[in-house]
Amino acid sequence: MRFLPIFWFHRCWTGSACAPNVASMLRYALKRLISLVISLAVASVVIFAVIEVAPGDPASFMLGVNAQEDTLAALRAELGLDVSKLQRYFNWVGGMMVGDFGTSYTYRTPVSQMIADRLWVSLPLALYALTLSTAIAFPVGIYAAARRGKPGDLTVMGATQLGIAVPNFWFAMMLVLVFAINLRWFNAGGFVGWDKGLWAGLHSLTLPAIALALPQAAILARVMRSSLLDILGEDFMRTARAKGLSRRQALWRHGVRNALIPVLTIIGLQFSFLLAGSIIIEQVFYLPGLGRLVFQAISARDLIVVESVVMLLVFAVITVNFLVDLAYAAVDPRLRSRT
Amino acid sequence: MSLLEIENLSLSIHGTDILKQVNLSITPGQIVAVTGESGSGKSMTALAVMQLLPDGAKTTGVIRLNGSDLLDRDENDMCTLRGAAIGMVFQEPMTALNPVRTIGDQVMETILIHKAMPPRQARDRAEEVLTRVGLPPDRFPLSRFPHELSGGQRQRVVIAMAIALRPKLLIADEPTTALDVTTQAQILKLLKGLVSEYDMGLLMITHDLAVVADMADQIVVMRHGEVVESGATDHLLHHMQHPYTRMLFKASGYQVSLPELAQSRPLLEVTNVIRDYRLPRKGLFDTPGHHRAVDQVSFTLNSGERLGLVGESGCGKSTLTKAILGLEEVQGGDIRLDGQPVFSGHKPNLAVRRKMQVVFQDPYGSFNPRHRVARLITEPFHLLDAPVMGSERQDRIAEMLTAVGLSPDDAGKYIHEFSGGQRQRIAIARALIIRPELILFDEAVSALDVSVRAQILDLLAELCEAYDLTYLFISHDLSVVRTITDRVMVMRAGKIVEEGDTESVFSDPQHQYTKDLINAAPVLPDIGRDVA
Repeated sequence: MRFLPIFWFHRCWTGSACAPNVASMLRYALKRLISLVISLAVASVVIFAVIEVAPGDPASFMLGVNAQEDTLAALRAELGLDVSKLQRYFNWVGGMMVGDFGTSYTYRTPVSQMIADRLWVSLPLALYALTLSTAIAFPVGIYAAARRGKPGDLTVMGATQLGIAVPNFWFAMMLVLVFAINLRWFNAGGFVGWDKGLWAGLHSLTLPAIALALPQAAILARVMRSSLLDILGEDFMRTARAKGLSRRQALWRHGVRNALIPVLTIIGLQFSFLLAGSIIIEQVFYLPGLGRLVFQAISARDLIVVESVVMLLVFAVITVNFLVDLAYAAVDPRLRSRT
Repeated sequence: MSLLEIENLSLSIHGTDILKQVNLSITPGQIVAVTGESGSGKSMTALAVMQLLPDGAKTTGVIRLNGSDLLDRDENDMCTLRGAAIGMVFQEPMTALNPVRTIGDQVMETILIHKAMPPRQARDRAEEVLTRVGLPPDRFPLSRFPHELSGGQRQRVVIAMAIALRPKLLIADEPTTALDVTTQAQILKLLKGLVSEYDMGLLMITHDLAVVADMADQIVVMRHGEVVESGATDHLLHHMQHPYTRMLFKASGYQVSLPELAQSRPLLEVTNVIRDYRLPRKGLFDTPGHHRAVDQVSFTLNSGERLGLVGESGCGKSTLTKAILGLEEVQGGDIRLDGQPVFSGHKPNLAVRRKMQVVFQDPYGSFNPRHRVARLITEPFHLLDAPVMGSERQDRIAEMLTAVGLSPDDAGKYIHEFSGGQRQRIAIARALIIRPELILFDEAVSALDVSVRAQILDLLAELCEAYDLTYLFISHDLSVVRTITDRVMVMRAGKIVEEGDTESVFSDPQHQYTKDLINAAPVLPDIGRDVA
């Protein structure tokens, strides 16, 4: 009994099993985890319901208008469409839990395989872009905040304004023009595949990642700047200066960590966007990513693929939010104790 | 020899003169208090010594610490002095500490940033100073975060940071203004003890003359950036020369005479009121606990009566106020105005709501800055079934503005065009305009300078005469409550511990807590009052 995880969690919750700091962090994590599971369950019901109420029968769509009634029935049975809606929901959810997303109506291949292939492009691309945007935005935002109102700050504000205003596919085309067509450093499009090695894979994702990252970095840098400026006006920054810290020391030791909370929120939102919303960039660079898969599945009324990809994205977004919540608590001890 | 000498210090920020020819000096072991109303330049004097002035500041004159001029030092030099030779304590303990770093880290940082000792010894020193300021590590480990401490405890941490390297000069800018009286007394005692123990000079900035008279060896009175009078405390209290100094002392102990109380009927009846707040659950399967903010409170307020409610922060004053106003539902008991309940069913009772108005503490935050005064003060008309319109509305606006000492022409202005005192007058006009039967003053004069506070108290006394006001005056300031109420209740931990005629409660308190409160509150020496 005492080795059951729930029992151990309960002991941590009450603080009897571990150090108070660890206990409060675990308690916080467990709460967020519970809410994650509930969100997923609700999302799956909503997604299933929305797609089920959409008009159109996949079987008759696949076989065309002249199909025989018995052929249709056979196909429906094969696709698992002949049972009740409730039964279909549980089949779908139960299948997903063991990695079986069903069979594509159009391609007659397992959906899980289709998604996995695309995910191997989209997920690294999103992570790559996010890493780039964070790596650009942090120093730029901090630099601008430290030089508020001075030429350096004004330059950053101007550049980020431009970065937000210009659409990313335009960046993408410019990047292709300069680095692929003129300089020939990169390919203009396509994905070589990971079997050619990590470096080759990353190399072919670099231009799309930059195109995705620049507008995101512009937004993130502005959030970092304004969040840090708010913090610089706080009383404890003055206290730090009164202790003998220089402006720069006070900024790094007391400013940056406090400024992270709004920045983390934006990073979470951006990751979700990068994973699902990069369809235009995928088109520009001919990348076989998730965005294109959804697009094709919707036009072909391949409901099972749409359902699965949407559910996967929801899962990704909720998981990212969960991680962001954990990051909040790691940054700010007040959130840990406010359970 | 003087520890700190300020000679002819002048300061301008973006061309606006802030300080003019300020002179003062401090010797080791001496407490010098700089006092004055808001905008007098007292905080800027302190920040000038630290050289932590806002951008665009230009200083002239001499600030000499141990004989060398600080104004000649560059920023790097000042960084080595701040925290090591000069320590500083600020007003707001709730925000003066970094919320994401432990208190141990923050105290140790003062030591480590000056490379005064290796980390292990710095840790020992941090424990030592925290113990000295009353936070021994067995009860307050270094791993505590600021949000796990009360305001007074946080102020102790700030003091520990400031004294960790035994600076020769300590600057305290309104160190107790945000604290309760009993906490204030402890912090003042601590500061006084540290000054004599370490032979420090203490430059104390405060607006509270009672604190000044109690603490300081020397007093410097400032107004509009100039020193109007200074001298040894005893001497200055006995021989005030400048009219402004006299006015300040007079206003600090200001008393009004309220009109006689007529025999009357009960207006507000509060019976066994309980207000619980839910606490987070302790265990995964536990039922959540409750915090009882108001515990079985009963009292009656007769019409025409002026009732005071005093107590320290967290005692339930504000919660009780919200319950009376019908802003929050209570978990037990009954609140009735004129025999009608403030909550009917689970909804606030509008018929009762329109008979009550409230004046809040913050004259800056309690108005919508985008509305003109006419619209602001007629807001309560929304509570009426038939809103007052047309010329009657204009007449009522003019009448109210005149009654609170403003001009009817002010109706067209925006709130930012008024000073704090004028805003509080507008708040009173807003409360009075529908002629409520009961007004709640929630710390209504606490944020005001003493001279302005005296004027508002006068205004209240006049309005009592003219409009037969009935009010509940909630405040932590005992001297104000003493003069502006007929009867007073003392609240502690959700309960009313003492109740009675104001004068008899103050002159002969029965409950131990009331005695502690009255003893902790610094008093103006009689001398000050006599001279004024």
